[in-house]
Amino acid sequence: MDAAIAVRGLAKRFREVEAVRGVTFNVHTGTTTALLGANGAGKTTTLSMLLGVLTPSAGEIFVLGQDMLKHRHRVLPRMNFTSPYVDLPKRLTVSENLRVFADLYGLRAPGKRIGELADELDLHGFLKRPYGELSAGQRTRVSLAKALLNRPEVLLLDEPTASLDPDIGDRMRTWLEEYQRATHCTMLLASHNMNEVERMCQDVIMLRAGSVVDQGSPIELIGRYGRETMEEVFLDVARGRTNEAPVLPTELVP
Amino acid sequence: MKADVRPMLLYPQSGPAASVRRVRALLRRHAYLLLKSWPRIVSMTYYPTVTMVLWALLTVYLAPTNNFLQSAPGFFIGAVLLWDVLFRGQLGVSLTFVEELYSRNLGNLFVSPLRFHEWIAGQLAMSVLRTAIGVGGACLFAFVLFHYSIFSLGFPLIAFFVNLLVFGWAIGLAVSAMILRWGLGAEELAWAAIFLFAPVSGVYYPIAVLPAPFQAIAWLLPSAYVFEGMRAVLLEHVFKYNLFFPAVALNVVYIAVGVWLFRAALGYARRHGMLMSIGE
Repeated sequence: MDAAIAVRGLAKRFREVEAVRGVTFNVHTGTTTALLGANGAGKTTTLSMLLGVLTPSAGEIFVLGQDMLKHRHRVLPRMNFTSPYVDLPKRLTVSENLRVFADLYGLRAPGKRIGELADELDLHGFLKRPYGELSAGQRTRVSLAKALLNRPEVLLLDEPTASLDPDIGDRMRTWLEEYQRATHCTMLLASHNMNEVERMCQDVIMLRAGSVVDQGSPIELIGRYGRETMEEVFLDVARGRTNEAPVLPTELVP
Repeated sequence: MKADVRPMLLYPQSGPAASVRRVRALLRRHAYLLLKSWPRIVSMTYYPTVTMVLWALLTVYLAPTNNFLQSAPGFFIGAVLLWDVLFRGQLGVSLTFVEELYSRNLGNLFVSPLRFHEWIAGQLAMSVLRTAIGVGGACLFAFVLFHYSIFSLGFPLIAFFVNLLVFGWAIGLAVSAMILRWGLGAEELAWAAIFLFAPVSGVYYPIAVLPAPFQAIAWLLPSAYVFEGMRAVLLEHVFKYNLFFPAVALNVVYIAVGVWLFRAALGYARRHGMLMSIGE
Protein backbone atom coordinates (compact mmCIF):
# COMPACT_ATOMS: atom_id res chain seq x y z
CA MET A 1 0.00 0.00 0.00
CA ASP A 2 1.52 3.40 -0.98
CA ALA A 3 1.86 6.33 1.42
CA ALA A 4 -0.30 9.41 0.83
CA ILE A 5 1.68 11.14 3.59
CA ALA A 6 5.33 10.32 4.28
CA VAL A 7 7.13 12.11 7.10
CA ARG A 8 10.86 11.65 7.67
CA GLY A 9 12.85 12.96 10.64
CA LEU A 10 10.44 15.84 11.18
CA ALA A 11 11.49 18.19 13.97
CA LYS A 12 10.36 21.55 15.30
CA ARG A 13 12.13 23.59 17.92
CA PHE A 14 10.70 26.79 19.44
CA ARG A 15 13.74 28.32 21.12
CA GLU A 16 14.51 25.92 24.01
CA VAL A 17 11.41 23.80 23.49
CA GLU A 18 11.64 20.79 21.19
CA ALA A 19 7.98 20.42 20.22
CA VAL A 20 8.55 17.66 17.67
CA ARG A 21 11.66 15.45 17.72
CA GLY A 22 12.62 13.58 14.58
CA VAL A 23 9.21 12.12 13.85
CA THR A 24 8.96 9.52 11.08
CA PHE A 25 5.74 7.89 9.89
CA ASN A 26 3.65 6.97 6.85
CA VAL A 27 -0.06 7.40 6.36
CA HIS A 28 -1.25 4.91 3.75
CA THR A 29 -3.56 5.95 0.94
CA GLY A 30 -7.25 5.54 1.67
CA THR A 31 -6.81 4.91 5.40
CA THR A 32 -7.72 6.91 8.47
CA THR A 33 -4.80 7.31 10.85
CA ALA A 34 -4.95 8.85 14.31
CA LEU A 35 -2.27 11.04 15.77
CA LEU A 36 -2.61 10.53 19.51
CA GLY A 37 -0.93 12.08 22.46
CA ALA A 38 -1.50 14.18 25.54
CA ASN A 39 -1.77 17.97 25.32
CA GLY A 40 1.59 19.32 24.19
CA ALA A 41 2.68 15.99 22.67
CA GLY A 42 3.17 17.66 19.27
CA LYS A 43 0.00 16.69 17.38
CA THR A 44 -1.09 20.16 16.27
CA THR A 45 2.51 21.15 15.58
CA THR A 46 2.90 18.11 13.34
CA LEU A 47 -0.38 18.82 11.51
CA SER A 48 0.61 22.48 11.04
CA MET A 49 3.89 21.40 9.43
CA LEU A 50 2.01 18.97 7.17
CA LEU A 51 -0.25 21.83 6.07
CA GLY A 52 2.70 24.10 5.34
CA VAL A 53 1.75 26.84 7.82
CA LEU A 54 4.64 25.98 10.14
CA THR A 55 8.20 25.63 8.89
CA PRO A 56 9.97 22.54 10.30
CA SER A 57 13.39 22.87 11.91
CA ALA A 58 14.40 19.64 10.16
CA GLY A 59 12.97 16.75 8.22
CA GLU A 60 10.98 15.97 5.09
CA ILE A 61 7.27 15.85 4.33
CA PHE A 62 5.82 14.25 1.21
CA VAL A 63 2.08 14.52 0.55
CA LEU A 64 0.70 12.69 -2.50
CA GLY A 65 4.28 12.30 -3.66
CA GLN A 66 5.08 16.02 -3.56
CA ASP A 67 7.71 17.60 -1.32
CA MET A 68 5.60 19.94 0.85
CA LEU A 69 8.56 22.10 1.77
CA LYS A 70 9.35 22.86 -1.87
CA HIS A 71 6.14 22.39 -3.85
CA ARG A 72 3.25 22.73 -1.43
CA HIS A 73 1.15 24.67 -3.98
CA ARG A 74 1.11 21.58 -6.21
CA VAL A 75 -0.67 19.61 -3.53
CA LEU A 76 -2.70 22.19 -1.55
CA PRO A 77 -5.64 22.03 -4.02
CA ARG A 78 -5.80 18.28 -3.37
CA MET A 79 -5.93 18.51 0.42
CA ASN A 80 -7.88 20.35 3.10
CA PHE A 81 -8.25 20.56 6.86
CA THR A 82 -10.36 21.52 9.84
CA SER A 83 -8.97 22.86 13.07
CA PRO A 84 -10.44 24.47 16.18
CA TYR A 85 -7.54 26.93 16.05
CA VAL A 86 -8.79 28.73 12.96
CA ASP A 87 -12.15 30.27 12.22
CA LEU A 88 -14.14 31.71 9.38
CA PRO A 89 -15.18 35.38 9.05
CA LYS A 90 -18.01 35.72 11.54
CA ARG A 91 -20.05 38.42 9.81
CA LEU A 92 -20.22 36.56 6.52
CA THR A 93 -23.09 34.11 6.15
CA VAL A 94 -22.38 30.41 5.83
CA SER A 95 -23.08 30.41 2.09
CA GLU A 96 -20.86 33.50 1.58
CA ASN A 97 -18.00 31.86 3.45
CA LEU A 98 -18.36 28.67 1.44
CA ARG A 99 -18.55 30.66 -1.81
CA VAL A 100 -15.29 32.48 -1.01
CA PHE A 101 -13.46 29.22 -0.34
CA ALA A 102 -15.09 27.58 -3.36
CA ASP A 103 -13.48 30.32 -5.47
CA LEU A 104 -10.14 30.00 -3.68
CA TYR A 105 -10.10 26.27 -4.49
CA GLY A 106 -11.27 26.96 -8.05
CA LEU A 107 -14.56 25.06 -8.07
CA ARG A 108 -16.20 24.97 -11.50
CA ALA A 109 -19.75 24.91 -10.13
CA PRO A 110 -19.60 26.39 -6.63
CA GLY A 111 -23.35 26.69 -6.16
CA LYS A 112 -23.91 23.03 -7.02
CA ARG A 113 -21.13 21.81 -4.73
CA ILE A 114 -22.30 24.01 -1.82
CA GLY A 115 -25.81 22.64 -2.36
CA GLU A 116 -24.50 19.04 -2.25
CA LEU A 117 -22.60 19.70 0.97
CA ALA A 118 -25.59 21.49 2.48
CA ASP A 119 -27.64 18.35 1.76
CA GLU A 120 -25.01 15.96 3.10
CA LEU A 121 -24.15 17.96 6.24
CA ASP A 122 -27.65 19.31 6.86
CA LEU A 123 -26.68 23.00 6.51
CA HIS A 124 -29.80 24.32 4.79
CA GLY A 125 -31.34 25.67 7.98
CA PHE A 126 -28.54 28.18 8.50
CA LEU A 127 -26.91 28.79 5.10
CA LYS A 128 -28.08 32.43 5.16
CA ARG A 129 -27.12 33.10 8.78
CA PRO A 130 -23.86 34.81 9.78
CA TYR A 131 -21.24 32.26 10.79
CA GLY A 132 -20.67 34.11 14.09
CA GLU A 133 -24.28 33.45 15.17
CA LEU A 134 -24.03 29.67 14.89
CA SER A 135 -23.72 27.15 17.71
CA ALA A 136 -20.49 25.19 18.16
CA GLY A 137 -22.02 22.16 16.48
CA GLN A 138 -23.22 24.16 13.49
CA ARG A 139 -19.82 25.85 13.13
CA THR A 140 -18.11 22.48 13.14
CA ARG A 141 -20.37 21.30 10.32
CA VAL A 142 -19.61 24.46 8.34
CA SER A 143 -15.87 23.97 8.90
CA LEU A 144 -16.22 20.41 7.65
CA ALA A 145 -18.16 21.64 4.61
CA LYS A 146 -15.32 24.09 3.90
CA ALA A 147 -12.85 21.23 4.25
CA LEU A 148 -14.79 19.03 1.80
CA LEU A 149 -15.45 21.73 -0.84
CA ASN A 150 -12.58 20.64 -3.07
CA ARG A 151 -13.26 16.91 -2.49
CA PRO A 152 -9.78 16.49 -0.95
CA GLU A 153 -7.68 13.37 -1.40
CA VAL A 154 -5.96 14.11 1.91
CA LEU A 155 -7.91 15.49 4.84
CA LEU A 156 -6.22 16.63 8.05
CA LEU A 157 -8.57 16.84 11.01
CA ASP A 158 -7.48 18.45 14.26
CA GLU A 159 -9.92 17.45 17.00
CA PRO A 160 -12.89 17.43 14.61
CA THR A 161 -15.46 16.50 17.25
CA ALA A 162 -14.13 18.50 20.20
CA SER A 163 -16.90 20.47 21.95
CA LEU A 164 -19.66 18.61 20.11
CA ASP A 165 -22.49 16.79 21.87
CA PRO A 166 -22.57 13.00 21.37
CA ASP A 167 -25.29 13.20 18.74
CA ILE A 168 -23.52 15.74 16.52
CA GLY A 169 -20.18 14.05 17.21
CA ASP A 170 -21.58 10.73 16.00
CA ARG A 171 -23.09 12.34 12.89
CA MET A 172 -19.77 14.03 12.15
CA ARG A 173 -17.96 10.68 12.31
CA THR A 174 -20.59 9.13 10.07
CA TRP A 175 -20.19 11.95 7.51
CA LEU A 176 -16.44 11.48 7.50
CA GLU A 177 -16.75 7.71 7.12
CA GLU A 178 -19.21 8.10 4.25
CA TYR A 179 -16.97 10.64 2.56
CA GLN A 180 -14.01 8.29 2.83
CA ARG A 181 -15.99 5.37 1.44
CA ALA A 182 -17.12 7.52 -1.48
CA THR A 183 -13.76 9.07 -2.34
CA HIS A 184 -11.04 6.77 -0.91
CA CYS A 185 -9.65 9.85 0.85
CA THR A 186 -6.69 9.61 3.22
CA MET A 187 -7.41 11.08 6.65
CA LEU A 188 -5.03 12.01 9.45
CA LEU A 189 -6.90 12.74 12.63
CA ALA A 190 -5.69 14.29 15.88
CA SER A 191 -8.18 13.45 18.59
CA HIS A 192 -8.62 12.95 22.30
CA ASN A 193 -11.73 10.86 21.78
CA MET A 194 -10.62 7.24 22.00
CA ASN A 195 -14.00 5.84 20.95
CA GLU A 196 -13.67 7.90 17.80
CA VAL A 197 -10.19 6.51 17.19
CA GLU A 198 -11.28 2.91 17.72
CA ARG A 199 -14.24 3.40 15.41
CA MET A 200 -12.62 5.30 12.56
CA CYS A 201 -8.91 4.57 12.46
CA GLN A 202 -7.04 1.68 10.89
CA ASP A 203 -3.73 2.95 12.25
CA VAL A 204 -2.65 4.95 15.31
CA ILE A 205 0.55 6.94 15.82
CA MET A 206 1.25 7.54 19.50
CA LEU A 207 3.19 10.71 20.35
CA ARG A 208 4.78 11.62 23.65
CA ALA A 209 6.89 14.75 24.21
CA GLY A 210 7.25 15.25 20.47
CA SER A 211 8.38 11.72 19.62
CA VAL A 212 6.61 8.74 18.11
CA VAL A 213 6.56 6.14 20.87
CA ASP A 214 4.38 3.53 19.22
CA GLN A 215 2.34 2.81 16.11
CA GLY A 216 -0.17 0.17 15.12
CA SER A 217 -3.84 -0.56 14.63
CA PRO A 218 -6.11 0.00 17.65
CA ILE A 219 -6.44 -3.78 18.08
CA GLU A 220 -2.67 -4.28 17.91
CA LEU A 221 -2.03 -1.52 20.44
CA ILE A 222 -4.68 -2.76 22.85
CA GLY A 223 -3.16 -6.23 22.65
CA ARG A 224 0.41 -4.98 22.94
CA TYR A 225 -0.33 -3.04 26.13
CA GLY A 226 -2.53 -5.80 27.57
CA ARG A 227 -5.49 -3.43 27.85
CA GLU A 228 -9.13 -3.52 26.85
CA THR A 229 -9.62 -0.08 25.34
CA MET A 230 -7.63 2.61 23.53
CA GLU A 231 -8.44 4.93 26.45
CA GLU A 232 -6.31 2.71 28.70
CA VAL A 233 -3.55 2.49 26.11
CA PHE A 234 -3.60 6.29 25.81
CA LEU A 235 -3.23 6.69 29.58
CA ASP A 236 -0.33 4.21 29.64
CA VAL A 237 1.49 6.10 26.90
CA ALA A 238 0.67 9.57 28.24
CA ARG A 239 1.88 8.62 31.73
CA GLY A 240 4.95 6.81 30.46
CA ARG A 241 3.76 3.39 31.72
CA THR A 242 5.38 1.40 28.99
CA ASN A 243 6.75 -1.34 31.27
CA GLU A 244 7.78 -3.57 28.45
CA ALA A 245 9.34 -2.13 25.37
CA PRO A 246 6.68 -1.90 22.69
CA VAL A 247 7.28 -3.78 19.51
CA LEU A 248 7.82 -1.04 16.97
CA PRO A 249 6.77 -1.56 13.37
CA THR A 250 9.82 -2.29 11.25
CA GLU A 251 9.68 1.09 9.51
CA LEU A 252 10.14 2.82 12.89
CA VAL A 253 13.08 0.74 14.08
CA PRO A 254 16.20 2.91 13.84
CA MET B 1 -9.68 3.11 -6.03
CA LYS B 2 -12.55 5.41 -7.01
CA ALA B 3 -12.16 7.56 -10.12
CA ASP B 4 -10.70 11.02 -9.44
CA VAL B 5 -13.55 13.46 -9.98
CA ARG B 6 -11.58 16.58 -9.07
CA PRO B 7 -10.58 17.61 -12.65
CA MET B 8 -14.31 17.91 -13.34
CA LEU B 9 -14.85 19.61 -9.98
CA LEU B 10 -11.99 22.13 -10.09
CA TYR B 11 -10.57 24.54 -12.65
CA PRO B 12 -6.84 24.19 -13.47
CA GLN B 13 -4.88 25.50 -10.50
CA SER B 14 -2.04 27.29 -12.29
CA GLY B 15 -1.83 30.17 -14.75
CA PRO B 16 -3.23 33.71 -14.87
CA ALA B 17 -6.89 32.62 -14.92
CA ALA B 18 -6.44 30.66 -11.68
CA SER B 19 -4.71 33.67 -10.10
CA VAL B 20 -7.52 36.00 -11.16
CA ARG B 21 -10.09 33.61 -9.64
CA ARG B 22 -8.28 33.52 -6.32
CA VAL B 23 -7.80 37.31 -6.17
CA ARG B 24 -11.49 37.66 -7.02
CA ALA B 25 -12.26 35.32 -4.10
CA LEU B 26 -10.39 37.64 -1.73
CA LEU B 27 -12.27 40.63 -3.12
CA ARG B 28 -15.54 38.78 -2.78
CA ARG B 29 -14.78 38.03 0.88
CA HIS B 30 -14.22 41.71 1.70
CA ALA B 31 -16.97 42.99 -0.58
CA TYR B 32 -19.49 40.79 1.27
CA LEU B 33 -18.34 42.37 4.51
CA LEU B 34 -18.28 45.92 3.19
CA LEU B 35 -21.46 46.02 1.19
CA LYS B 36 -23.70 44.61 3.90
CA SER B 37 -22.67 47.27 6.43
CA TRP B 38 -23.67 50.83 5.57
CA PRO B 39 -21.99 52.16 8.76
CA ARG B 40 -18.70 50.85 7.39
CA ILE B 41 -19.16 52.66 4.09
CA VAL B 42 -20.26 55.86 5.86
CA SER B 43 -17.27 55.75 8.21
CA MET B 44 -14.90 55.34 5.25
CA THR B 45 -16.25 58.55 3.71
CA TYR B 46 -16.89 60.35 6.99
CA TYR B 47 -13.33 61.17 8.06
CA PRO B 48 -12.08 62.42 4.67
CA THR B 49 -15.23 64.49 4.26
CA VAL B 50 -15.06 66.12 7.71
CA THR B 51 -11.36 66.95 7.24
CA MET B 52 -12.08 68.37 3.80
CA VAL B 53 -14.92 70.53 5.19
CA LEU B 54 -12.64 71.95 7.91
CA TRP B 55 -9.96 72.98 5.40
CA ALA B 56 -12.56 74.29 2.97
CA LEU B 57 -14.11 76.49 5.66
CA LEU B 58 -10.66 77.75 6.62
CA THR B 59 -10.14 78.64 2.97
CA VAL B 60 -13.49 80.47 2.86
CA TYR B 61 -12.47 82.44 5.97
CA LEU B 62 -8.95 83.35 4.84
CA ALA B 63 -9.39 83.78 1.09
CA PRO B 64 -10.80 87.33 1.10
CA THR B 65 -7.66 88.68 2.79
CA ASN B 66 -5.07 86.23 1.44
CA ASN B 67 -3.52 86.73 -1.98
CA PHE B 68 -2.18 83.17 -2.10
CA LEU B 69 -5.60 81.60 -1.60
CA GLN B 70 -7.15 84.05 -4.03
CA SER B 71 -4.83 82.77 -6.74
CA ALA B 72 -5.28 79.12 -5.75
CA PRO B 73 -8.62 78.80 -3.92
CA GLY B 74 -8.67 75.00 -4.12
CA PHE B 75 -5.20 74.65 -2.62
CA PHE B 76 -6.11 73.29 0.82
CA ILE B 77 -9.03 71.22 -0.44
CA GLY B 78 -6.89 69.61 -3.15
CA ALA B 79 -4.11 68.99 -0.63
CA VAL B 80 -6.35 67.35 1.93
CA LEU B 81 -8.05 65.16 -0.70
CA LEU B 82 -4.69 64.01 -2.07
CA TRP B 83 -3.39 63.38 1.46
CA ASP B 84 -6.40 61.16 1.97
CA VAL B 85 -5.46 59.14 -1.12
CA LEU B 86 -2.20 58.30 0.67
CA PHE B 87 -3.93 57.70 4.02
CA ARG B 88 -6.79 55.58 2.61
CA GLY B 89 -4.39 53.69 0.34
CA GLN B 90 -2.36 52.66 3.39
CA LEU B 91 -5.41 51.96 5.55
CA GLY B 92 -6.94 49.91 2.75
CA VAL B 93 -4.02 47.48 2.90
CA SER B 94 -3.54 47.43 6.68
CA LEU B 95 -7.20 47.19 7.68
CA THR B 96 -7.90 44.47 5.13
CA PHE B 97 -5.13 42.48 6.78
CA VAL B 98 -6.35 43.27 10.31
CA GLU B 99 -9.83 42.01 9.32
CA GLU B 100 -8.30 38.60 8.62
CA LEU B 101 -6.60 38.59 12.01
CA TYR B 102 -9.86 39.48 13.79
CA SER B 103 -11.52 36.61 11.92
CA ARG B 104 -8.69 34.16 12.76
CA ASN B 105 -8.91 33.27 9.09
CA LEU B 106 -5.22 33.39 8.10
CA GLY B 107 -4.79 29.66 8.66
CA ASN B 108 -7.63 28.86 6.25
CA LEU B 109 -6.29 31.26 3.62
CA PHE B 110 -2.69 30.12 3.71
CA VAL B 111 -3.66 26.45 3.57
CA SER B 112 -5.74 27.10 0.46
CA PRO B 113 -4.10 27.24 -3.01
CA LEU B 114 -3.75 31.03 -2.63
CA ARG B 115 -0.23 32.20 -3.64
CA PHE B 116 1.74 35.00 -2.01
CA HIS B 117 1.52 37.33 -5.03
CA GLU B 118 -2.24 36.73 -5.23
CA TRP B 119 -2.60 37.62 -1.57
CA ILE B 120 -0.69 40.87 -2.18
CA ALA B 121 -2.79 41.62 -5.29
CA GLY B 122 -5.98 41.09 -3.27
CA GLN B 123 -4.77 43.47 -0.56
CA LEU B 124 -3.90 46.16 -3.11
CA ALA B 125 -7.17 45.75 -4.98
CA MET B 126 -9.10 46.20 -1.73
CA SER B 127 -7.04 49.32 -1.04
CA VAL B 128 -8.13 50.78 -4.40
CA LEU B 129 -11.77 50.02 -3.55
CA ARG B 130 -11.56 51.52 -0.05
CA THR B 131 -9.73 54.61 -1.36
CA ALA B 132 -12.29 55.09 -4.13
CA ILE B 133 -15.15 54.95 -1.63
CA GLY B 134 -13.46 57.12 1.02
CA VAL B 135 -11.88 59.81 -1.14
CA GLY B 136 -14.61 59.60 -3.79
CA GLY B 137 -17.23 60.51 -1.20
CA ALA B 138 -15.16 63.46 0.03
CA CYS B 139 -14.60 64.65 -3.55
CA LEU B 140 -18.33 64.54 -4.16
CA PHE B 141 -19.02 66.64 -1.06
CA ALA B 142 -16.25 69.07 -2.05
CA PHE B 143 -18.01 69.62 -5.36
CA VAL B 144 -21.52 69.87 -3.91
CA LEU B 145 -20.67 72.05 -0.92
CA PHE B 146 -17.75 74.18 -2.18
CA HIS B 147 -17.94 73.85 -5.98
CA TYR B 148 -14.42 72.45 -5.97
CA SER B 149 -13.62 69.66 -8.42
CA ILE B 150 -10.48 67.63 -7.82
CA PHE B 151 -10.51 67.06 -11.59
CA SER B 152 -9.58 70.73 -12.01
CA LEU B 153 -6.01 69.49 -11.46
CA GLY B 154 -6.34 67.94 -14.91
CA PHE B 155 -4.24 65.08 -16.27
CA PRO B 156 -1.57 65.41 -13.52
CA LEU B 157 -4.21 64.25 -11.04
CA ILE B 158 -3.70 60.69 -12.34
CA ALA B 159 0.04 60.93 -11.74
CA PHE B 160 -0.48 62.31 -8.22
CA PHE B 161 -3.19 59.74 -7.40
CA VAL B 162 -1.19 56.73 -8.56
CA ASN B 163 2.02 57.83 -6.85
CA LEU B 164 0.29 58.48 -3.54
CA LEU B 165 -1.68 55.25 -3.73
CA VAL B 166 1.46 53.18 -4.39
CA PHE B 167 3.32 54.88 -1.53
CA GLY B 168 0.28 54.17 0.67
CA TRP B 169 0.46 50.49 -0.37
CA ALA B 170 4.15 50.35 0.55
CA ILE B 171 3.50 51.81 4.01
CA GLY B 172 0.42 49.58 4.41
CA LEU B 173 2.41 46.44 3.63
CA ALA B 174 5.16 47.48 6.05
CA VAL B 175 2.55 48.13 8.77
CA SER B 176 0.87 44.76 8.05
CA ALA B 177 4.29 43.13 8.36
CA MET B 178 4.79 44.71 11.79
CA ILE B 179 1.32 43.61 12.93
CA LEU B 180 2.03 40.07 11.73
CA ARG B 181 5.38 40.12 13.49
CA TRP B 182 4.18 41.58 16.81
CA GLY B 183 0.51 40.58 16.80
CA LEU B 184 -2.65 42.63 17.22
CA GLY B 185 -0.94 44.57 20.02
CA ALA B 186 0.61 46.57 17.17
CA GLU B 187 -2.77 47.17 15.52
CA GLU B 188 -2.69 50.88 16.41
CA LEU B 189 0.09 51.26 13.84
CA ALA B 190 -2.52 50.77 11.12
CA TRP B 191 -4.08 54.09 12.10
CA ALA B 192 -1.07 55.99 13.39
CA ALA B 193 1.92 55.11 11.20
CA ILE B 194 1.00 57.34 8.29
CA PHE B 195 1.08 60.50 10.43
CA LEU B 196 4.82 60.05 10.84
CA PHE B 197 5.06 60.98 7.17
CA ALA B 198 2.66 63.95 7.27
CA PRO B 199 5.01 66.68 8.55
CA VAL B 200 7.74 65.82 6.03
CA SER B 201 5.43 65.31 3.05
CA GLY B 202 4.76 69.02 2.65
CA VAL B 203 1.02 68.53 2.27
CA TYR B 204 0.07 72.12 3.15
CA TYR B 205 3.43 73.92 2.83
CA PRO B 206 6.54 73.77 0.63
CA ILE B 207 9.37 71.46 1.64
CA ALA B 208 11.58 74.57 1.75
CA VAL B 209 9.98 75.69 5.03
CA LEU B 210 11.20 72.55 6.81
CA PRO B 211 14.47 72.62 8.80
CA ALA B 212 17.38 71.34 6.67
CA PRO B 213 17.59 67.83 8.21
CA PHE B 214 13.85 67.32 7.67
CA GLN B 215 14.17 68.54 4.08
CA ALA B 216 16.72 65.80 3.49
CA ILE B 217 14.24 63.26 4.84
CA ALA B 218 11.37 64.76 2.84
CA TRP B 219 13.19 64.31 -0.48
CA LEU B 220 13.42 60.60 0.26
CA LEU B 221 9.62 60.35 0.20
CA PRO B 222 7.50 60.16 -2.97
CA SER B 223 4.76 62.13 -1.21
CA ALA B 224 6.99 65.22 -0.95
CA TYR B 225 7.49 65.24 -4.75
CA VAL B 226 3.76 64.78 -5.31
CA PHE B 227 2.70 67.70 -3.12
CA GLU B 228 5.42 69.93 -4.56
CA GLY B 229 4.10 68.88 -7.98
CA MET B 230 0.56 69.71 -6.94
CA ARG B 231 1.63 73.20 -5.88
CA ALA B 232 3.41 73.67 -9.22
CA VAL B 233 0.22 72.75 -11.08
CA LEU B 234 -1.98 75.03 -8.95
CA LEU B 235 0.32 78.05 -8.70
CA GLU B 236 2.49 77.87 -11.83
CA HIS B 237 0.11 75.84 -14.02
CA VAL B 238 2.91 73.47 -14.99
CA PHE B 239 3.42 69.72 -14.53
CA LYS B 240 7.02 69.24 -13.45
CA TYR B 241 8.49 65.99 -14.72
CA ASN B 242 11.54 66.55 -12.53
CA LEU B 243 9.20 65.99 -9.58
CA PHE B 244 7.21 63.17 -11.19
CA PHE B 245 10.05 60.82 -12.14
CA PRO B 246 11.82 60.83 -8.74
CA ALA B 247 8.46 60.02 -7.11
CA VAL B 248 8.01 57.04 -9.47
CA ALA B 249 11.56 55.82 -8.88
CA LEU B 250 11.21 56.08 -5.10
CA ASN B 251 7.87 54.28 -5.22
CA VAL B 252 9.45 51.37 -7.10
CA VAL B 253 11.94 51.06 -4.24
CA TYR B 254 9.37 51.48 -1.46
CA ILE B 255 6.82 49.03 -2.83
CA ALA B 256 9.58 46.45 -3.26
CA VAL B 257 10.64 47.05 0.35
CA GLY B 258 7.01 46.79 1.52
CA VAL B 259 6.49 43.45 -0.26
CA TRP B 260 9.83 42.18 1.05
CA LEU B 261 8.97 43.16 4.64
CA PHE B 262 5.60 41.42 4.45
CA ARG B 263 7.20 38.32 2.96
CA ALA B 264 9.81 38.33 5.73
CA ALA B 265 7.09 38.70 8.39
CA LEU B 266 5.17 35.83 6.81
CA GLY B 267 8.32 33.69 6.95
CA TYR B 268 8.72 34.63 10.63
CA ALA B 269 5.06 33.73 11.27
CA ARG B 270 5.55 30.38 9.54
CA ARG B 271 8.66 29.63 11.60
CA HIS B 272 6.94 30.55 14.89
CA GLY B 273 3.55 28.94 14.26
CA MET B 274 1.66 32.23 14.27
CA LEU B 275 -0.51 31.69 11.19
CA MET B 276 -2.76 29.28 13.06
CA SER B 277 -2.79 31.14 16.36
CA ILE B 278 -2.67 34.86 15.63
CA GLY B 279 -5.94 36.72 16.17
CA GLU B 280 -8.19 38.14 18.83
